[in-house]
Amino acid sequence: MKRLALILALLLAVAAAPAAAAAAPPPSVLDNLARAVSLRDYNTRIVIAGVSLLGLAAGGIGTFLLLRKRSLTADALSHATLPGIALAFIIATSLGGEGRALGWLLLGAFATGVAGVGVILLIRHTTRIKEDAALGIVLSVFFGAGAALIKLAEQMPQGSAAGLDRFILGRAASMIAADVQAIAVITVVVLAVCTLLFKEFRLLCFDQSFAGAQGWPVLLLDALLMALVVAVTVIGLQSVGLVLVVALLITPAAAARFWTDRLAIMFPLSAAFGAVGGAAGAIVSAAAERMPTGPIIVLVCSALFAASLVFGSKRGLLMRLARHWRLQRRVAEQHLLRALWEAAERAGQEGAGCSRAQLRSQRSWSALTLRRGIARLGRRGWVRLDAEGGISLTAQGRIEAQRVVRNHRLWEMYLITHADIAPTHVDRDADQIEHVLPPELIARLEELVTADASTSAVPASPHELVPSGPGGRP
Amino acid sequence: MTWFEADTDIILSGALCALACSIPGSLLVLRRMSMMGDAISHTVLPGLAAAFLITQTRAPLPMFIGAAVIGVVTALLVQWVRDLSRTDGGTAMGIVFTALFALGLVLLRLPAIEHIDLDPSCVLYGAVETSAIDPVAVLGVEMPRAALINGVMFVINLGVLLLFFKEFRISAFDPALATTVGINATLMHYLLMTMTAVTTVAAFETVGSILVIAMLIVPPAAAYLLTDRFAVMFVLAGVIGAASAAGGHVAAIVIPEWLGAGDTVTSGMMAVAAGAFFTLAWLASPRHGVVSRLISRWRLGLRIMREDILGILYRAQAPADESTLSPSAAAEAINRLRRLRPIIARLAIVLLHRRGQVSGPPAQLTLTDRGRTEAARLVRSHRLWETYFSHQFPTLPADHLHAPAEVLEHLTDDALRNRLGERTQEPRIDPHGRAIPGESSSGS
Repeated sequence: MKRLALILALLLAVAAAPAAAAAAPPPSVLDNLARAVSLRDYNTRIVIAGVSLLGLAAGGIGTFLLLRKRSLTADALSHATLPGIALAFIIATSLGGEGRALGWLLLGAFATGVAGVGVILLIRHTTRIKEDAALGIVLSVFFGAGAALIKLAEQMPQGSAAGLDRFILGRAASMIAADVQAIAVITVVVLAVCTLLFKEFRLLCFDQSFAGAQGWPVLLLDALLMALVVAVTVIGLQSVGLVLVVALLITPAAAARFWTDRLAIMFPLSAAFGAVGGAAGAIVSAAAERMPTGPIIVLVCSALFAASLVFGSKRGLLMRLARHWRLQRRVAEQHLLRALWEAAERAGQEGAGCSRAQLRSQRSWSALTLRRGIARLGRRGWVRLDAEGGISLTAQGRIEAQRVVRNHRLWEMYLITHADIAPTHVDRDADQIEHVLPPELIARLEELVTADASTSAVPASPHELVPSGPGGRP
Repeated sequence: MTWFEADTDIILSGALCALACSIPGSLLVLRRMSMMGDAISHTVLPGLAAAFLITQTRAPLPMFIGAAVIGVVTALLVQWVRDLSRTDGGTAMGIVFTALFALGLVLLRLPAIEHIDLDPSCVLYGAVETSAIDPVAVLGVEMPRAALINGVMFVINLGVLLLFFKEFRISAFDPALATTVGINATLMHYLLMTMTAVTTVAAFETVGSILVIAMLIVPPAAAYLLTDRFAVMFVLAGVIGAASAAGGHVAAIVIPEWLGAGDTVTSGMMAVAAGAFFTLAWLASPRHGVVSRLISRWRLGLRIMREDILGILYRAQAPADESTLSPSAAAEAINRLRRLRPIIARLAIVLLHRRGQVSGPPAQLTLTDRGRTEAARLVRSHRLWETYFSHQFPTLPADHLHAPAEVLEHLTDDALRNRLGERTQEPRIDPHGRAIPGESSSGS
């Protein structure tokens, strides 16, 4: 739990950073925020529309990337786009064209991004180098080449290469309407392809070899998926930059994973997270003038991830803690029921009471645990206390207890007859499994170990009834 | 090009940086955690920013402490995110390092920090070119500050490596074994993470935080292709890294000159040079290289072709009553091989001639005595294998015996053939009723 607290503190620190940053500049922040939220500025509208659409596309395609465990491939390929940008500029400028035309630069980025993925696959398949090193090699060598080429481009006498390095850390503020249109087109294409090929991509993610065995063009689908990823990466370069664009692809998807186990829900959820992260990041950075848009978007997405990690309804920490706690409570209750049942059995009289001291000799219960447990069972009407402090099962309690004891003993008998375990050694094993035996399994056990499956009576214990559980023996 | 003293300084700094990086880098590559180096080289940025915010100085010590702390924090966060979200390590790394890097970029924009010169592009590219203009004197010798820092880093890393050599070696190859022999694998993990982070900070002035990964990963990966020995890998990685630094700087001066430009980013070219060395190792490594594997495959193909031709000729020109192939069928079979793989077949025939195993023009080859001895050995291997299979797998149809024997005959040496003969009790006749040449058969 100490670990959990630490994580929470760290995540909160990350989540609070944009807010703190927004609070730093002079008091016009609120005005700025109001302006940004009300979309009064044309520029702000453009940027918000652009990054939201980008988040939508990245979050959507990121789902498949995450499930295929290719997150870092996206990182490597985004770095591999840099030499493409520089080369496209150099080629266009030396041919006398306008080197800074965005479409042309992004085409170059796309080309080397794909080349980077190709080299990764080539290294992995033709050498004994593992995936991680292949990614690192492509990432660093391509990026180094890109840095060198950009410096060369800047020295070209014709044309000005100023601003080529905006693709590294991103500069969303420089977005214009045409850029948003381009992003919109890519987003529509990506979402349309994902919707049309949803079934195919799903199978590719979960069972590639089955998809291959079914005769689907696995390689082609994989290539298409990676091409979409490269396309989204490339359009994201301008606003978030190539270092951080990978966050838009994987963080929303990883956040969505905490809320659902179904891909059909995870996909739109992840896209929505991406869009919200993009919009919120753009608004925050518009309000706090000096804050860079890309990093703020990434921080908002990280905050979404942190919140999902804690509150997610399927895999979130709190949910898992609650489930764990409920199970623990049920186990404790059932242990108490069985102890009462067995005490009555020893006394040879149904409904006989037993004292707290007797119960405490059965199992390592503290006085407090025992009192709470009895109180809880009492509230359910399963036990009653008589005048001398004796505790006994009610009729309803006996029904519950009977089920638990029966499960316990069926499992014990199964272990003795089918697993060849000595009768003195089966109690502990059965103690753990009695709480989680599903009805089908009980039915199978009945068939296996009891002569007469029709009766629901509790079979006699196959071993001497001695106090069980850790520390229970005198 | 003209060579200045500054160029020597730059190469010295870069080479020492590469040496320092090669030690944690080799361990990262072997432990398959290369991308952890990538993640840490990004997260160093918020570590530096935080160290500055707390101490308000850019003194080296706080910076190194900040880096060491952030290195361990990164490793811890990645571990936790991976465990708690049950995703793969790559996703956890991606989430953590992008969040921290973004945090660093935002921190750098804070008014309290902005006046210090922690320019993101300097962090990314480094500024090895300036190393010459920032000298320090050590024991009367003037050297660039970057060289001094990286040199000290190299010595420290080397010390740590030598101190924990055995532990690192076991945990690199078999973490489970390391745990069972009482080595604290977790401790070694975080030691490596700290080493990586501190080395990254030392290097970031020289090659920049992103290009650190080139120095961390690429030379060790190239070394990994060249050797199978742990200790040798470190030496090779260091040498390749230093050579990349030198080659990169020279390339950064020379290549733009050809293109008519001034110069380019040295650190970028160092990464490219490292990539070039890796490509070289990839292609030409004696054991794992693409070329050497191609050559050995090609030589095997050539030998098989030679042996196939000998086998065909033997079957057609065997001693009386034993030939199973008519001369025309043999000529047709050889022609088919020549059509299918013209170059290898021609070369094989030339080689057979030179070895004196056949005579005559390609269309009418005749076995010489020497060729017949060799061919008899092959045919013996083939027919012994057929016999062996028919003994081992009595239900196997007779027409299924030929194919595996056809493959194995090329891979059977004298010792194996003798054992086959013993196991099959030296048969005279194979399952198809053909005579098996004797071991000492010299073709007459």
